[in-house]
Amino acid sequence: MRTSIIHKTASDLQVAPNLADYDAERRGFSWEAAGAELGLRAQRPVNIAALAVDRHLGTPVADRIALRFIARDERRRNISYAELALLSSRFAGVLRSLGVGKGERVFLLSGRIPELYVAALGALKNGSVVAPLFSAFGPEPIRTRLALGEARVLVTTESLYRRKVAGIAAELPRLAHTLLVGDDGGPTDVPGTRDLATLMSAAADRFDVERTSANDMALLHFTSGTTGTPKGAIHVHGAAVAHYATGRYALDLHPDDVFWCTADPGWVTGTSYGIVAPLLHGVTSIVDEADFDAERWYRLLDQHAVSVWYTAPTAVRMLMKAGAGLARAHRLPALRFIASVGEPLNPEAVWWGEEAFGLPIHDNWWQTETGGIMIANTAAMDIKPGSMGKPLPGIDACVVARRDDGSCEEIAAPGVQGELALRKGWPSMFRGYLNQDERYRKCFCGDLYLTGDLVSRDADGYYWFVGRADDVIKSSGHLIGPFEVESALMEHPAVAEAGVIGKPDPVVGETVKAFVSLKAGYVAGEALRMELLGHARKRLGAAVAPKEIAFLPALPRTRSGKIMRRLLKAREMGLPEGDTSTLEAGA
Amino acid sequence: MTMGTTTEADDPTLRQAILETLQRIAPEVSPREISPSRPLRDQVDLDSMDWLNFLLGLHARLGVDIPESDYRKLVTLDDLLRYVSAKRRG
Repeated sequence: MRTSIIHKTASDLQVAPNLADYDAERRGFSWEAAGAELGLRAQRPVNIAALAVDRHLGTPVADRIALRFIARDERRRNISYAELALLSSRFAGVLRSLGVGKGERVFLLSGRIPELYVAALGALKNGSVVAPLFSAFGPEPIRTRLALGEARVLVTTESLYRRKVAGIAAELPRLAHTLLVGDDGGPTDVPGTRDLATLMSAAADRFDVERTSANDMALLHFTSGTTGTPKGAIHVHGAAVAHYATGRYALDLHPDDVFWCTADPGWVTGTSYGIVAPLLHGVTSIVDEADFDAERWYRLLDQHAVSVWYTAPTAVRMLMKAGAGLARAHRLPALRFIASVGEPLNPEAVWWGEEAFGLPIHDNWWQTETGGIMIANTAAMDIKPGSMGKPLPGIDACVVARRDDGSCEEIAAPGVQGELALRKGWPSMFRGYLNQDERYRKCFCGDLYLTGDLVSRDADGYYWFVGRADDVIKSSGHLIGPFEVESALMEHPAVAEAGVIGKPDPVVGETVKAFVSLKAGYVAGEALRMELLGHARKRLGAAVAPKEIAFLPALPRTRSGKIMRRLLKAREMGLPEGDTSTLEAGA
Repeated sequence: MTMGTTTEADDPTLRQAILETLQRIAPEVSPREISPSRPLRDQVDLDSMDWLNFLLGLHARLGVDIPESDYRKLVTLDDLLRYVSAKRRG
């Protein structure tokens, strides 16, 4: 029977959970002690890649498979910890030989291929800053992020370079080196670029890891706001302690696990939990280079004996569409823990896990700025389907109301809606938006980081997602800034104004829908709709471009001239229009 | 995968119908640039939702049922041509 709580008993757990007694573990937890487990001491160098890879050399983990890549044709390539240490050292050597140093930005743009993981870890060893990009971005989001991030190096594939970068390379004078991976594994020969494999074969096997400190910049993850350009969230080497602790508590990683994080490293989940956390734990990760396919996914879970699986609501809902029967056709005796992140997991999906796998799906919550999982339904904890769970050890969360004067008031009473806030001090907290100090400062109220997510907390301490405090769109778990989409549409000569919203969708959460009004002389119609769609897709790529475009005679604006996206959304959903007192007459 | 001896793969009407359905999702595509034997999603920027909508569009336009278990067989334009013509024949 479907109850409001899924109670856990000892028989639900195949292994002893890392977080057994929630209250005791929270009381006894300190970040210093968590760091000490990784061998860290105050004032000593900290380097994410050294901790994730080199630390295992000379231990039995060195010979274990670190990453198992599964190509589209399902051929495997296993890379052991020892081999990963060697390859990442070579890549670090490549960077050093090119004169690329500490703090300089190395951007990565590719699918989930071995070279991406090697480059990420090698760049970290070199003290350079890793900035991953999603390979489904179009040229415009790529150009914006490379420019904002002051990219010095770009690692990409030959085909992605030709399709998305060659046309914008001239606009990026600071980009000194573009290193290409050949599409068929062969060497590349493209003007203005270097062949990565050739450079790697000339590099030394040994590399002295840069002595980075806990507060040195390690990763730059771009995220989107409601207005303005994307924001590059700065993360530091000390974040590794949080990746380690959360991998242990929220994902319940044990040394013998085979772990599958289905997220793409172009997004923060695919870096924090697709690369760093499992390596810190010395477990084997599988990496699927192909796109989602229900049957294939079940086959991989089965063939590779995945024990811990971290996926996303969109994927779960696509699996649900394919039916529980397909899941049950595969016996998955090794699978023991399933977690999900990206957007709230609906209760039906949590329960569907029970039906299909005999395991509930554990939702958790975090965002680019937090660097790691903050709130989670954990292995030993009762699950409240639809809830994001409870704050992990080391994380202090609360619900706040913002006052008009900019100060915040904590809401202690349960069941009251407010903004989710987190007390500063966890190691993976972002340390800035690159070159945008004012936007960074606005995220804080005293020592609280304000997440922009509206939530409520129940009497048992479980948090429940209510909505976003702003107009950011969440599609397949990825944030899309409406402004970025509107700007691209506005570049088309026919468009007078554009307003972009997230339209609720049962599978991907929200899809991007654009409303445009046209300049005089242009006629709304199917031909123009297709032209605008193609225009937006060429610039933005499939992951960001609208799925739907509607024409309006004029867009609703406030008297101060801002497009009222909220009103467009309410109208789209047939909801009450709310407070329209600032609406300009006639819109 | 072999090309086989089918002539349907060269059926220009069917090819055009498939490409037009693709263009409903991705209007930026120029059919001349599509290589029929290379994976479509390597050539056209399609996310999972676009791909699903494309296959649903084929169902709506051509009346062929494409069960989810067949999705993975459909990688290239040639795959689609062969699949759709076989279904319509059968």
